[in-house]
Amino acid sequence: MMAVTIISIAFVFVMAIGLYFKSIPILEEHSLWGLITDSSWQPFKNHFGFLPFIMGTIWVTLLAIMIALPLSLMTAIFLTEYAKKRVKKFVFPALDILASLPSVIFGVWGTIVIVPLISDNIAPIFSGEFSTGYTVLTAGIVLSLMLVPILVSLFVELFSTVPDDLRAAAYSLGATRWQTAKNVVIKKSLSGIFASVVLAISKALGETIAVLMVCGCLPEVPKTLLDACYPLPALIANNYGEMLSLPLYESALMFAALLLFIVVIVFNLVSRIILKRIETK
Amino acid sequence: MKKSIVMEKISKGFMIASIVVVFIMVASIIYTIFKRGFGCITWEMVSSVPKGGFYIGGEGGFLNATVGSVYIVLASTVIGLIISIPIVFYLNVFKSQKSRLAYWVRLAFDILYGIPSIVYGAFAFSLMIYMGVRTSLLGGIIVITLLIIPILMRSMDEVAKNFPHDLLEASFSLGATRLETIGIVLRQIAPGIATATLLSVGRAIGDAAGVMFTAGFSDSIPTSLSQPAATLPLSIFFQLSAPQAEVQNRAYAAALVLTIIVLVISLLGRFITNRFSKHKLN
Repeated sequence: MMAVTIISIAFVFVMAIGLYFKSIPILEEHSLWGLITDSSWQPFKNHFGFLPFIMGTIWVTLLAIMIALPLSLMTAIFLTEYAKKRVKKFVFPALDILASLPSVIFGVWGTIVIVPLISDNIAPIFSGEFSTGYTVLTAGIVLSLMLVPILVSLFVELFSTVPDDLRAAAYSLGATRWQTAKNVVIKKSLSGIFASVVLAISKALGETIAVLMVCGCLPEVPKTLLDACYPLPALIANNYGEMLSLPLYESALMFAALLLFIVVIVFNLVSRIILKRIETK
Repeated sequence: MKKSIVMEKISKGFMIASIVVVFIMVASIIYTIFKRGFGCITWEMVSSVPKGGFYIGGEGGFLNATVGSVYIVLASTVIGLIISIPIVFYLNVFKSQKSRLAYWVRLAFDILYGIPSIVYGAFAFSLMIYMGVRTSLLGGIIVITLLIIPILMRSMDEVAKNFPHDLLEASFSLGATRLETIGIVLRQIAPGIATATLLSVGRAIGDAAGVMFTAGFSDSIPTSLSQPAATLPLSIFFQLSAPQAEVQNRAYAAALVLTIIVLVISLLGRFITNRFSKHKLN
């Protein structure tokens, strides 16, 4: 039993080492700094610039968080501070459904609903040019929806650890419900909210198939919300077939996986340690 | 009116608005998938494997993908349970709540849980190349097993943490060894195991990025572990990227099948949690 337990911890390190060894060939040929700041991606001409993919990932992730955070925060406050049992009975199953849907379904929904919405209605308003609908905005919207259930459940958990005495104290001083929620509940759980957002970001960074289906897959640094983008996971997933044709190509994709792995692990570590500290308090 | 009351009204308005937005989105997803899916689905799609020219509009269905998914999910769930139950047992019975090792193990699993499935897939793929194994059903099963062990372990651990220690002590005082108490622990956390299993089945069946590299894709139902296997999410993804409407329609039908499977699993999980938590000891 102990052996199984230890092996599973060791697995984290095995993965890191494995991915690192696979990315050595490309790191020998190009400098790390060059790889992440070069914006030209032409594998067959030996140009491996990851900047478009890194920027695409950052754009999509930030946008998704910016949409999902207020939505989830308000929903969670409503659920813990305001809602009656009757309302909760409807909202929680809806969030459960959202959480249980596979990401490919979000992708299908994105291509059926959001893509035409953006190319027909939203893009013409903001830019005169024709838009395919496969944009940063589309990917951000689809991704934000996948983050909402994660964030809400984390927030609800956090807010329920705030002692009721504190709320009662605030009410007895004449605070309204919103004032209590804002100045007591949210203030008390600020570190937890931060940790939850970091966790959601790490989930968003690794989301592959839904984003791949709506992002447009153009290896260029996006300049506006209505440009196509190409996040790192989409890059890995899209080229798995061709990557054996060039030795460096495979190494480049493994380097992308390593980048993703490191960022996700750091984010996870930070948020989990904070959340665990709150839990044991 | 006082400023605080105005703020109260405004913020409450925002909250209700955000709940309504979430509801509309959920409804929109379910409605879109069901409407498109039921509009396209035929018995032939569900019950046959792809025939010639399938991806340019030929006849056939996606039975290969459904069966491939079921194979992968069933096998990996069983293997995952065999691996994760001992870990949960070890952490909760052999180690005290304050154990340093237990803290680090839980943290390691939290991190494994957070690693994107595409990274698992890429890692397993390079490992498979290294060992000279081609994309196969076995590869898919291994990756999905790795993917669901943290899910299984974390959700079972959550239940096992609340396990009443009196029961353990009663069993120890009767002379039982720690290993012999496994029966008692298992019986107490049985509903937890059931929900954890359903949760991981739901995750496993919907995962596309991990199996993309490792299980590959094939138009026939795999008959041995070394053959590549199709999976539902990948089948949806590939068919939707085809330009022909007939092929896309089959993607919508496959999406409907996948959604129904996932919804049934999630309802079942809810039912089990509600049903069994009523009769729990603590």
